Amino acid sequence: MNYQAVIGLEVHVQLLTNSKIFCGCSTKFGAAPNSQTCPVCLGLPGALPVLNKKVVEYAIRAGLATNHTIAPRSVFARKNYFYPDLPKGYQISQYELPICINGHLDIEVEGEAKRIGITRIHMEEDAGKLVHADVPGVGDDSCVDLNRACTPLLEVVSEPDLRSADEAVAYLKKLHQIVVYLGICDGNMEEGSFRCDANVSVMPVGSATFGTRAEIKNVNSFRFVKQAIEYEIERQIELIEEGGKVVQETRLFDPNSGTTRSMRGKEEAHDYRYFPDPDLVPLVISDDWVEDVRLSLPELPAARLARYQAELGLPFYDAEVLTASRELADYFEACLNRYPQAKPVANWVMGEVTRGLNDSGLAITACPVSPELLAELLKLIDAGTISNKIAKTVFDEMWQSGKAPAAIVEEKGLVQVSDTGEIEKIIDEILAANQGQVEEFRGGKEKVFGFFVGQVMRASKGKANPAVVNDLLLKKLKG
Amino acid sequence: MKITRADVEHVAKLARLELTDEEAATFTGQMDAILAYVDKLNELDTSAIVPTAHAVPMENAFRDDVATDSIGIDNALANAPSRVEGFFRVPKVIE
Repeated sequence: MNYQAVIGLEVHVQLLTNSKIFCGCSTKFGAAPNSQTCPVCLGLPGALPVLNKKVVEYAIRAGLATNHTIAPRSVFARKNYFYPDLPKGYQISQYELPICINGHLDIEVEGEAKRIGITRIHMEEDAGKLVHADVPGVGDDSCVDLNRACTPLLEVVSEPDLRSADEAVAYLKKLHQIVVYLGICDGNMEEGSFRCDANVSVMPVGSATFGTRAEIKNVNSFRFVKQAIEYEIERQIELIEEGGKVVQETRLFDPNSGTTRSMRGKEEAHDYRYFPDPDLVPLVISDDWVEDVRLSLPELPAARLARYQAELGLPFYDAEVLTASRELADYFEACLNRYPQAKPVANWVMGEVTRGLNDSGLAITACPVSPELLAELLKLIDAGTISNKIAKTVFDEMWQSGKAPAAIVEEKGLVQVSDTGEIEKIIDEILAANQGQVEEFRGGKEKVFGFFVGQVMRASKGKANPAVVNDLLLKKLKG
Repeated sequence: MKITRADVEHVAKLARLELTDEEAATFTGQMDAILAYVDKLNELDTSAIVPTAHAVPMENAFRDDVATDSIGIDNALANAPSRVEGFFRVPKVIE
């Protein structure tokens, strides 16, 4: 029998706020355990949570950028369960009345466009962290660090509209790109700022009812999402073919083996007994507030991609590469502001700049060559001061020393030679030393022309102006 | 009977409470009586009334996104039954 996979994703997006969602403790990553805690996030009796306004603004941003309706009224709820990383015995979340409803994202897989529904986005607090690491004297016990407790999260819940691991990854990448563009999340999957749970089921092709689903947790990279979903689809199909039944359960992805395994023990407590949190008053969002946020939205990747093609005349490929991250696109535009020719700037950013970043493992925001200096370099090429080839040498030097291109050209004596007298002299010497090839050329073998250009460039250490060399060489050879 | 003994045992389990047979029987009766009392409200027609999430007619209490000082590790751990280094110490959690 042929099977069809059905996938829905739940994504947790950690928000880039200074303080936690319901208290003033810092959200900085990597502080000493339990040093960023207070009565509210420790869940001490009598403490009163107060909502961080920035979290609401970020939730509206995310909602608008993913085509949601912003609910005029939403309510926080308590989700009750026991776990040592959850000090209150409940997590403050949203349940029946989330802040964003009915959104969607358009993805493209193998050239085919598809609209993926998003059921909702809601705000909630993160739990603390259980540490099993080697703390001296802890023995078999576990350690709890509550620094992360109460860190603001958005949970983005997709419809079960995804039909393959590739679609799931495309959706996830798009969502990731948007929240990073919006400046509401750092997108760091390793540190857990963007995490994904996948609901996976299979059904016979053409079936009208979905199969029983398993929820896969702990998939913290795009590659793992693909791996985990593909493994899970295979597992379920095999199980059914062998006459077995898929059980609804939570499964943990193991990146080492690329498999998923059942997480028994956490099952029974799926009765969360949600109810409105009496500590938090309802959230009412006016149309004016929504409009204010809408006006403050940055240009989103899809719009930027379209603009690069339509207004800057860049090919789709270039536009897609440049807009892949907001930082790269910002770098490109900063350079373009000083040197307004899109295609050469695009070539350099996608070429030398990207190569340099890949080789050194740096992010674009740490690029040693600033966009302003790159623009200076391109101007030097335009002015004929240096050739394209020498420009690459200068660029490498800029990368190493951070100096301005003009200074490097001067220091290293790299100024392009356009003086016809000087170039003529070199050409004469080359021609005299290679009489055989001169005869060949004159006998109609025009291919040797390239040989002469190469020789002249080499003799001038690359500094001869190639256009001038071409001109003079032709004249001399034909004349 | 709205509340059965199975309901009481389920809720007790979720709340990590261990009940004796006697207690379970007592609570079944008491909880059933409470629900029956609250059930009186169903005699009213509430179809046109917006569900009430809060008893207080208030909305939108915010704080600005400013990080303030925390209380310090020692204060945070002051009530912990067991600690190790700067951590709360709990029985091993098996995942």
